[in-house]
Amino acid sequence: MTMLKIENLHARVAGKDILKGLTLDVKPGEVHAIMGPNGAGKSTLGYVLAGRDGYDVSEGSATLDGVNLLDLDPEERAALGMFLAFQYPVEIPGVNNTYFLRAALNAQRKRRGEPELDSMQFLKRVREKLQVLHIKDDLLNRAVNEGFSGGEKKRNEIFQLAVLEPRLAILDETDSGLDIDALKLVADGVNAMRSKDRAFLVITHYQRLLDYIKPDVVHVLADGRIVESGGPELALELEAHGYAWLKDRIAPVAAA
Amino acid sequence: MSGALLDSLKADFDALPSASDGARGDAFASALADGLPTTRAERWKYTSLRALERRSFATSAALLAPVDAAWLADIPAPRIAFVNGRFDASLSDTASLPNGIALHSLAQTIVDGDPRDTAFLARRFDRADETFAKLNAALASDGAVLRVDENCAATTTVHLVFIGAPGDADIAWHTRNLIELRRGASLNVVEHQLAAGDHAHLGNTLTHVHLAIGASLRHARVQHDAARATSIVRTDAVLARDASYRRIDLELGAGLSRHELNVRLEGEGAKLAANGVLLADAKRHIDTRLCIEHIARDTSCDLAWRGLASGRGRAVFHGGITIRAGADGSDARLSNKNLLLSEGAEIDAQPVLEIHADEVKAAHGATVGRLDETALFYLRSRGLPASEARRLLTTAFCRETLSVLDDAALIESLGAHLNSALARIELAP
Repeated sequence: MTMLKIENLHARVAGKDILKGLTLDVKPGEVHAIMGPNGAGKSTLGYVLAGRDGYDVSEGSATLDGVNLLDLDPEERAALGMFLAFQYPVEIPGVNNTYFLRAALNAQRKRRGEPELDSMQFLKRVREKLQVLHIKDDLLNRAVNEGFSGGEKKRNEIFQLAVLEPRLAILDETDSGLDIDALKLVADGVNAMRSKDRAFLVITHYQRLLDYIKPDVVHVLADGRIVESGGPELALELEAHGYAWLKDRIAPVAAA
Repeated sequence: MSGALLDSLKADFDALPSASDGARGDAFASALADGLPTTRAERWKYTSLRALERRSFATSAALLAPVDAAWLADIPAPRIAFVNGRFDASLSDTASLPNGIALHSLAQTIVDGDPRDTAFLARRFDRADETFAKLNAALASDGAVLRVDENCAATTTVHLVFIGAPGDADIAWHTRNLIELRRGASLNVVEHQLAAGDHAHLGNTLTHVHLAIGASLRHARVQHDAARATSIVRTDAVLARDASYRRIDLELGAGLSRHELNVRLEGEGAKLAANGVLLADAKRHIDTRLCIEHIARDTSCDLAWRGLASGRGRAVFHGGITIRAGADGSDARLSNKNLLLSEGAEIDAQPVLEIHADEVKAAHGATVGRLDETALFYLRSRGLPASEARRLLTTAFCRETLSVLDDAALIESLGAHLNSALARIELAP
């Protein structure tokens, strides 16, 4: 049973074609890594799936648990279980982290027809997640990402992921800008959230993150399409040989 | 040349018991001679008074309903309250004032007759564009007179409440206030400018703030007046050596609101920290004009204002800082950020820095922008509906000005005003 099904997806940003026929199947419990050179369309894939304005799909389809994602607003997708961990989490001065997260969770629950959590129930869930993720609770009382270090911002993304408990989590270059200790902390958090009901799409430029988050499938994205898929060994191969060999893969298609 | 407004005020002037008083007569004659300022006057460039000038106001009005004391339940004592410009003993409660603080109505102070207590009324206004101050000098017969004795370090918060209430006619009132802290004194003051129902009165308020050497005043002001009300407010503050003045102004209501905040940093080491919010939704015209003068050495000001315009509203902010010759070592900062939420709204932001001294630190900036699309997407991607995401960002934008406060009860009360005002705003995508 497929959870995320993407077929022949074409998308453009500012009039430029970025995704050019991307096809991908992700089953519950799986971790898929999407690797590829800069400009391949990795971040665009995350934004298109999460529903960002300005990312126009011209062809193809994307469904989550059989529901067409592409007609939905970002908040509707979130309620279905879509979560995007941003490469550059946004600082929102004046909005308290805990307040925001409770409002978001309850908005999702309301949309799904589930009862909203009162502040005690919410706090209980937050405490549980903090313990699992080994995150200090000082992050709760601060404004969303304001003045956070790079590592804190990424940990806050994983904390949000843990509290919101999505079906599908897309991690957009969560490893970028992290030193090795911060990277391990973030990876531990992700691993703690792995379950048979939840899938991950791990977007990364480097193989390094995959030492800590072991993927089931590795895809290579180049020029807007998946050009190669394989097991974890594919990531090691990319690490050894770089992305230069991809030119041969792209050229014939482009010429066709 | 005078319009209907000034003609209608003649009756008010003639009705004054002290109309023969030379200074009041001079002020009124001067106001009539100058007329209301037009947009050709530099200080009124963005605020037109033409519609106001054509209105006339009755000398008195009978209240449609008395203001219920329960309505003020959220405003603790000690407090002094005025309804349509008149002291209201039944709404006031000054019994709990600590020793060293005197709070009286101006009307009572005039009756008591000690000329030292009313000396502040003698101030003359000469500029052709300060007609409202002249009218106030001519016509003001009530207001709050608040004095704190030397070295009286009060932790009390004194509430000054000015209520506009619907009557059987639209009237104009002229309120004159004095807040005077003597040497080394300190105090918290909250000014509430509220509406007990819909009205279209004209309030013309002039407040003097005198801070003697080492005095410290924390002053919050909420203007949450009726949507058809006209609010003309001027605050003139003078700070002596090492005096410290922190104020916050929330301009949330009225149809036409003008606030001039003039602060003279006259003594060495005097410090001003002032924040404000201008909320110009619907058809509101909200104008704030700062004129901060660094006169002595080592004085500082830190000013942060936020403006928000939506619907067909207009927010006007002029942040003027002058560092006079000799005010070396001064430190002046002004930040003015504005949010434009709809096509029909307008924001005029003008930071003006004039420096005539050496070795000063000064920074100023003003921006006008829209809600950050990336932040909106971030919030929506977590599940918040678009309207809620917009409201959250808009509220946060305004609430940041409260972050300088450390009084939890005050933050709560100002925050509640801000939230209820923001709830009015249509946040269409």
